[in-house]
Amino acid sequence: MSALSLQQVTVSFAGRAVLSDVTLEIGQGLFIGMLGPNGAGKTTLMRTVLGLIRPAGGRIRVLGEPASSGNAAVGYIPQLRSLAGNMRLRGWDFVASACNGHRWGLPILSRAGRQEVHWALDMVGATELARRPLMETSGGERQRLLLAQALLGRPRLLLLDEPLISLDPHHQHGVVTLVKQVQQELGITVIFSAHELNPLLGAIDQVLYLGRGQAALGKVDEVITKPVLSRLYGSNIDVIRMKNRIFVMAGDVEVEKEEHCHHA
Amino acid sequence: MLEFDFMQNAFIAGGLVSVLAGVVGFFLVMRGQTFAGHALSHVGFAGATGAALLGLSPMWGLIWVTLLGGVSMGALGERLQGSDIVIGTILSLALGLGMLFLHFFTAYATQATALLFGNVLGVNTDTLWTLAWLGLACLLLLAIMARPLVFASLQPELAEAKGVSLRQVSMLFLAIVALTTAECIQIVGVLLVFTLMVGPAATAQKLTSHLGTGVLLAALLALAEAWLGITLAFYTDWPTSFWITALSSSAYLAVTVLHMLRNRRPVASAA
Repeated sequence: MSALSLQQVTVSFAGRAVLSDVTLEIGQGLFIGMLGPNGAGKTTLMRTVLGLIRPAGGRIRVLGEPASSGNAAVGYIPQLRSLAGNMRLRGWDFVASACNGHRWGLPILSRAGRQEVHWALDMVGATELARRPLMETSGGERQRLLLAQALLGRPRLLLLDEPLISLDPHHQHGVVTLVKQVQQELGITVIFSAHELNPLLGAIDQVLYLGRGQAALGKVDEVITKPVLSRLYGSNIDVIRMKNRIFVMAGDVEVEKEEHCHHA
Repeated sequence: MLEFDFMQNAFIAGGLVSVLAGVVGFFLVMRGQTFAGHALSHVGFAGATGAALLGLSPMWGLIWVTLLGGVSMGALGERLQGSDIVIGTILSLALGLGMLFLHFFTAYATQATALLFGNVLGVNTDTLWTLAWLGLACLLLLAIMARPLVFASLQPELAEAKGVSLRQVSMLFLAIVALTTAECIQIVGVLLVFTLMVGPAATAQKLTSHLGTGVLLAALLALAEAWLGITLAFYTDWPTSFWITALSSSAYLAVTVLHMLRNRRPVASAA
């Protein structure tokens, strides 16, 4: 059984086909880096896997089951937005809110629930951090707490939407290392979307590159190539390798850098 | 002071409403929807004056219209989220309509002040019972939905992925806010609902970062401000609503200043 299987999947969003006729199979226990230009459908694909967007066609299987919301086996870190309101809630309460958070009743955790939160915080080394108010933590620390939150319920597939956004290279490295470590220790599948490939090199097993409704999945050397990326971008792309880094260029412009600047 | 029936009623009504306002207000502040709460009270003004014009009970007019307003706001959901202009427009339209209804129903004008600025000393026993039942219903509903409410407020996308209906949570919560607003209007009036709903909750959130402690603290602060306000009004003969707003804003100002001083200290010593 694969962690994620798409068969001829077409997903439309706002009247536009974001994915058209995509077929791919992601094995279990892999760390997948998901890349692609803005609007290529990285978030849309995640929301489809989560069962929040219904595909217009095709078949999706998540760990052997049809995609549906409320699947405890799928963990998720949404793209970071500004925090609701301006409250000084401590990290512990923020993380714990996701523990059985869909059930009715008072938000008072059982002993098992508290243990689960402790376990998740311990997994990412955020036990101390969780005592501080969330709004007083740095971007990297916040990603740590979000990862702990996503681990509640012990998911076997983890979807991380742009966890590196607005982090400096040092903290980016910290987050990638942490995710890799957790992924290895728990033996789970991780799909990690990002703007840039380089921070992920060395950590990821495969790359999933989206562009113009299509997708390419495979090892970095198979996907990050001139023909594959030129097809996904719909223009002439050059791939330049320098030491341990890879630069994806369209003419004189570095594509990923460009995307990143637009976003910031 | 407590030998007077109207003072007893004022203390009971103030107690019931302030505890409810503190608790509900905490979540309102957490969700960043305080402006929606403010707007709902204005919608209530149109409801109360409209009901009076039709010869119906102003209090029930207030309750039903705020409830309708709250549920519609919740149903509109994200389209209304953060849309200050839409909410502000509805708010002023409601206040304008209220004025129009008062214009046609001049006999009611003496009570307009009570609606706008509250009249906790004029609460009778019947009203007390209504306040008690409605308050209990709100707290029960809040207790039932508290867990998904917190989850959906802090992490909406994740909550949605885990099967929480954001719209359902939003509608239910704004219904509770609407009823709480209608209750607050009895004490501090349409224009000053903020003082009971938002003041204590915002103060509590500056004092603690624990969720449970924060809710409790917000309720206690609101209760203390309401009771102290009523007591001060009795001895000074100044309006109760003035005292409650004065206490509520002083408390918020005090913790804000305290916070600034505490945050400044390490920087000063480092320099």
